[in-house]
Amino acid sequence: MALVTALKRLAHVRLREYSRRTAAATSGAWLTGRRSFTTGTQTLRSDNKVTVHFINRDGEKITVKGSPGDSLLDIVINEDLDFDGFGACEGTLACSTCHLIFDEDVYKKLGPVTDEEMDMLDLAYGLTDTSRLGCQICLTKSLEGMVARVPESVADIRQSKDESA
Amino acid sequence: MHQFQTGLGLYFRLILSFDSAGLREQRIASLHSCSPKVCIVGGGPAGFYTAQHLIKARQDVEVDIYERLPVPFGLVRFGVAPDHPEVKNVINTFTQTAKHTRCSFYGNVNVGKDVSVEELQRAYHAVVLSYGAEGNRSIGVPGEELTGVYSAKDFVGWYNGLPSCRELSPDLSCETAVILGQGNVALDVARVLLSPLDILKKTDITQPALEALTGSQVRRVLIVGRRGPMQVACTIKELREMVNLPDTRPEMVVSDFEGVTEALKDLPRPRKRLTELLLKTALETPGEKEQERRNKASRTWGFRFFRSPVEVLADPERSRTAGVRLAVNKLEGSGERARAVLTGEVEDVTCGLVISSIGYKSLPIDPSVPFDSSKAIVPNTMGRVQQASGLYCSGWLKTGPTGVIATTMNNSFDTARSLLEDMDSGTVDVSAAKSGSHIISSLLEERGVKPVTFSDWEKIDNVEMRRGEAIGKPREKLLTVEEMLRVARTVTEDKNVISY
Repeated sequence: MALVTALKRLAHVRLREYSRRTAAATSGAWLTGRRSFTTGTQTLRSDNKVTVHFINRDGEKITVKGSPGDSLLDIVINEDLDFDGFGACEGTLACSTCHLIFDEDVYKKLGPVTDEEMDMLDLAYGLTDTSRLGCQICLTKSLEGMVARVPESVADIRQSKDESA
Repeated sequence: MHQFQTGLGLYFRLILSFDSAGLREQRIASLHSCSPKVCIVGGGPAGFYTAQHLIKARQDVEVDIYERLPVPFGLVRFGVAPDHPEVKNVINTFTQTAKHTRCSFYGNVNVGKDVSVEELQRAYHAVVLSYGAEGNRSIGVPGEELTGVYSAKDFVGWYNGLPSCRELSPDLSCETAVILGQGNVALDVARVLLSPLDILKKTDITQPALEALTGSQVRRVLIVGRRGPMQVACTIKELREMVNLPDTRPEMVVSDFEGVTEALKDLPRPRKRLTELLLKTALETPGEKEQERRNKASRTWGFRFFRSPVEVLADPERSRTAGVRLAVNKLEGSGERARAVLTGEVEDVTCGLVISSIGYKSLPIDPSVPFDSSKAIVPNTMGRVQQASGLYCSGWLKTGPTGVIATTMNNSFDTARSLLEDMDSGTVDVSAAKSGSHIISSLLEERGVKPVTFSDWEKIDNVEMRRGEAIGKPREKLLTVEEMLRVARTVTEDKNVISY
């Protein structure tokens, strides 16, 4: 069971240790430069993994693998993917920083969006019709090879300044 | 469970081993004094996110965060509503930043009073001002000083344990409360005023606030705004929380919603969903179950649109609030740009509590720092303070007091990028050595100021959590600076420390 999903289930229990664990995962990555130890049930059989491609804000494609049940936020954390400010609220639907954009065909496979997710997604910068919050998307085998794009989180004045020069 | 604990142990061993290596590096770096030293004024989200970005981007940057209170985290601790604990998860990432070898936290230091910005600029290569907005916009009407009128900033500070708001003692003995402003802070205040105590008592709301709310007579909250339903500034999550608040029912004015249904189709999705929820709550006939729930509700809340305050009315005998006089507006234009225009009509609303939630405001803390009084911000371009060198700003001080934590995060990253660019280009000259905290620590010692370190804060943190645990709350906050300092100064870990 993915750590963050477990966290959500136990949301009403005092979670100091679990929160630290995720904090270790979220920011420990940049702090130690090492892979974090998160998912308790990572299987060793490679045929149980699902390949996911992330396109980062520089347009680079990063290919990683996750286990069925992992959320896309879990994968970003587990694989130390360095997206600035991603997953600030640690998967508790209290922000929109894990905003991801998908192709139409992948988006359709992602299933229904709850009001709760939509409420936070509505606040995301650069919202599209195929946007979702990464902490709410759980991997299944049918999503093998999916592509998720990490959009800009804010209007980049810097970039447009350079372009207009 | 077992794997989590193993992982945790492993994580802390990694941190410690990294720390000792980092400490060695830091000592060597300080000897050569080649490391760029940055000072951040303000230990809230803006300060921490700016520090995080700087430390991550350059392996040689050292960051010192100065905070006026003994405790860090600013509005995450004192502004976010007690029933929104997930929003406070960002504290975990701030904690990691504070504990990084290249970051130091100095609490209990009042910049502007204990040390000047100029002194900081001499000691550091760059100074980033992130001290936020501690003032509030005044309503600007007669009667504003009457007992019973409070700013939302102070009310929120009161229930969240901000030391300077401890003596607020808001009078909750009236039936109706009027909140001026319709943003998320206004909704937080409404929700705290009307929430069932069963919910509140499990949060980190302060015990005195909980007691006051237990004795509260407030049963009706009106949330008043100058413009209409399509200009309401709150977001849908907070509105939904009001709609679903147990033991309450909504009370809206149907005529306020004229023309709104027709305008829906042209709205972008976020505004459309928000307006749809408002419409549904105001106009739709509820189903049987919902009607039954509403009939049983003991408390009501509602929006009042097209109303601007013109006077707070006094009870002639006791010179306290008896009501508020509201001017009736009409809208000119539509959408975000619609303007409220007076019609000449007024309306009096009986109430004993008026909470103005019309915005926080930054204040100048040091005469040497440029300050734009009309916008109440430090004038800047992408975080670089205008007409100053080596001076930057981030957070609300930079852009004004709006936005959620993620907004501040992006804003702070942006300032950090400007500073990094300037270090790379030589605009900020990092080749010259600076003594940073060494000289500031000496200055503070001379002046009898003893900073609170991050480990000192952790003692306070532990005491608060232990006190909270005893009564089923995540923490019971220490309410005075004196208490905080007393705990911060304890030398050995006193396991019996529960109350002071």
